[in-house]
Amino acid sequence: MAEPKKRVALFVTCLVDLIRPSIGFAAVKLLEEAGCTVEVPRAQTCCGQPAYNSGDRANAKALARQAIDSFAGFDYVVVPSGSCGGMIKIHYPALFADEPTTLAKARDLAARSFELISFLVDVLKVERIAASYDGVATYHDACSGLRELGIKEQPRKLLAGIAGLSLKEMRDCETCCGFGGTFAVKYGDISDKIVGEKAVNIVNSGADTLLAGDLGCLLNMAGKLERLGKKVKIRHVAEILAGMVDAPAIGEGGER
Amino acid sequence: MKPTSRAFKENVRRALGDPNLQQAMTNLRAGFVERRAIAVSRLPEWEELRDQAIAIKQHTLAHLDFYLETFERNVTANGGQVHWCRDAAAANAAALKICQALGARTVTKGKSMVGEEIGINDYLEANGVIPVETDLGEYILQIRHEPPSHIIAPAIHLVKEQVAESFRATHGDLDPARQLIDARQMCDEARAVLRPKFLAADVGITGANFLVAETGSSIIVTNEGNGDLTQTLPRAHIVLASLEKLVPTLEDSATILRLLARSATGQEFSTYTTISTGPRRKDDLDGPGEYHVILIDNGRSAILGTEFGDMLRCIRCAACLNHCPVYEAIGGHAYGWVYPGPMGAVLTPTLIGIEAAGNLPNASTFCGRCESVCPMKIPLPRMMRHWREREFEKHLPPPAYRAGLALWAFAARHPALYRLVVDVAARLLGTLGATRGRFRALPLAGGWTRTRDFPAPQGRSFQNLWAARRKDGVR
Repeated sequence: MAEPKKRVALFVTCLVDLIRPSIGFAAVKLLEEAGCTVEVPRAQTCCGQPAYNSGDRANAKALARQAIDSFAGFDYVVVPSGSCGGMIKIHYPALFADEPTTLAKARDLAARSFELISFLVDVLKVERIAASYDGVATYHDACSGLRELGIKEQPRKLLAGIAGLSLKEMRDCETCCGFGGTFAVKYGDISDKIVGEKAVNIVNSGADTLLAGDLGCLLNMAGKLERLGKKVKIRHVAEILAGMVDAPAIGEGGER
Repeated sequence: MKPTSRAFKENVRRALGDPNLQQAMTNLRAGFVERRAIAVSRLPEWEELRDQAIAIKQHTLAHLDFYLETFERNVTANGGQVHWCRDAAAANAAALKICQALGARTVTKGKSMVGEEIGINDYLEANGVIPVETDLGEYILQIRHEPPSHIIAPAIHLVKEQVAESFRATHGDLDPARQLIDARQMCDEARAVLRPKFLAADVGITGANFLVAETGSSIIVTNEGNGDLTQTLPRAHIVLASLEKLVPTLEDSATILRLLARSATGQEFSTYTTISTGPRRKDDLDGPGEYHVILIDNGRSAILGTEFGDMLRCIRCAACLNHCPVYEAIGGHAYGWVYPGPMGAVLTPTLIGIEAAGNLPNASTFCGRCESVCPMKIPLPRMMRHWREREFEKHLPPPAYRAGLALWAFAARHPALYRLVVDVAARLLGTLGATRGRFRALPLAGGWTRTRDFPAPQGRSFQNLWAARRKDGVR
């Protein structure tokens, strides 16, 4: 008898919802092809990081509670972002350390929640995805995914199986791109200096495509590369893995 | 040192526009980051060593009163003296009193960050005692009248040419024809100037990397040997140390020493590790006649047991500075006080107040690299967030920022409203940005769009598209 399909809730994330829905659809396709039933709870909004990182604990907790309720009852909750994934897995339990009832729920959600690519590789044991992409890509290890969730080899493993794609590592791929949420606006000068260094490393890698697993970081790097007039195509790694590259790349004009 | 942390943003602009500083900061990577990575990779027991060191510090902090008193008892038994000082003023007064009792005119100094914290140089000088910095970096800064910009490489913000210029400007008898191009030539020049000062000094002041309770010893590590000359030649040795430098045993200090140099410079061990236990004994060939430890609280005991207590594990290795993208971009002076980088972003507000230092814990991307390289695994990002929470509770962030955050949070807490707002925004921005695919300017986001484009949304929210797809029965 076949194993019952895993019931997965997609946490779209506020940035993907507003700016780049194609990442959400790529995530749905990858999950469905890996044998999951995907649902998108209507009551989800944002994981609460802007409040949490601004010191607004009350609103951070309110949004965490909202997410805990929205995602109750699913086998898994999958997020196409290491940053929002880290918020749910690491920081939700920390927020409710003094509230045993909610803490238990937060821990339960944390245990069921995964960043998309690591979910495919570590939980679903996906070895290879049949897709093709014609290009040389370089991969930026976004900070929260790398350091909070240990995402490093998983995207590289899946990208290695994509026909036509070769991966060229940039120098300092584990160094922050300077995004940092509201930091990028509040301390724009510093953020720009950091992403300027990142842009040099991206261009010097010789790759024609930049990939990462977090839209926030991708917007920042895309914004800098485009202001500098560099012709690098920038996409979320899920778009490549799902073979969904019809939409213009991030920051590219044209038919959308 | 008068803090300029309130003017952080102006400091940053100046730092980003300073070509010498920007050139000098490129040395961080080769000088520290790569060397540390190699040193750590060569030590298989690195992680176990970290856990051991953390356990030592946690134990010491949990029984700090006991170990402090043990330390004092042993210092006294060795013929030395401990001076308990609640704050900077008390510490400075204690040091001056020792100098005056000996009729001291000049004092040589080893590198000491707590010395910077209490402003001892200015204080001694104002009271007629001339301090001479003997660490090469600190000496350069003293003749340039600048504070250190890094806790172990104080002059890292300078390029060689600036150092040569300063030597020529201050060393009166320096032959103009003499070459000062490479580091060696400059070291020789500094050595020639400093040697007579070592011999003439009445008192030597050093910091301490460790205070050892079981033996009553203080330990310093240096790469230049200046610390040894500073503390051995004069008539008195004064150690400036804050409370958290304490470890129970010599063995404990050896464990942490294995982490310290590797984390700091990628060396297995610093060139000199010097253990001082009391003044010269009857049969000793050399050593100071007096040994004083000025034990400084200055705010440490107040954070013991609070959410900032983990900061007291810090061994001042500077790995967090060396690996911080913000520190690398702006250097240490922009932080506006003694301690820069991630450790400074946490420690400075505890010492000068969050009102004055609010920018520091905010100017972080929370990339987490500091915590990952910290040998003591101090949760620096978490503590920066705690400072942001204290700031928020005190209503310190600008009203416009607070209002924007409140508005956004209200919408995010009402999913139906939120979906509507997001879809309207996606349509509006998507239409406006469709042709170019990005914006060169956006209201309220000038900090971003001044130097970067902002990619345009695709034109509809995911939630909206998903609902439409479900209605059409597309699976």
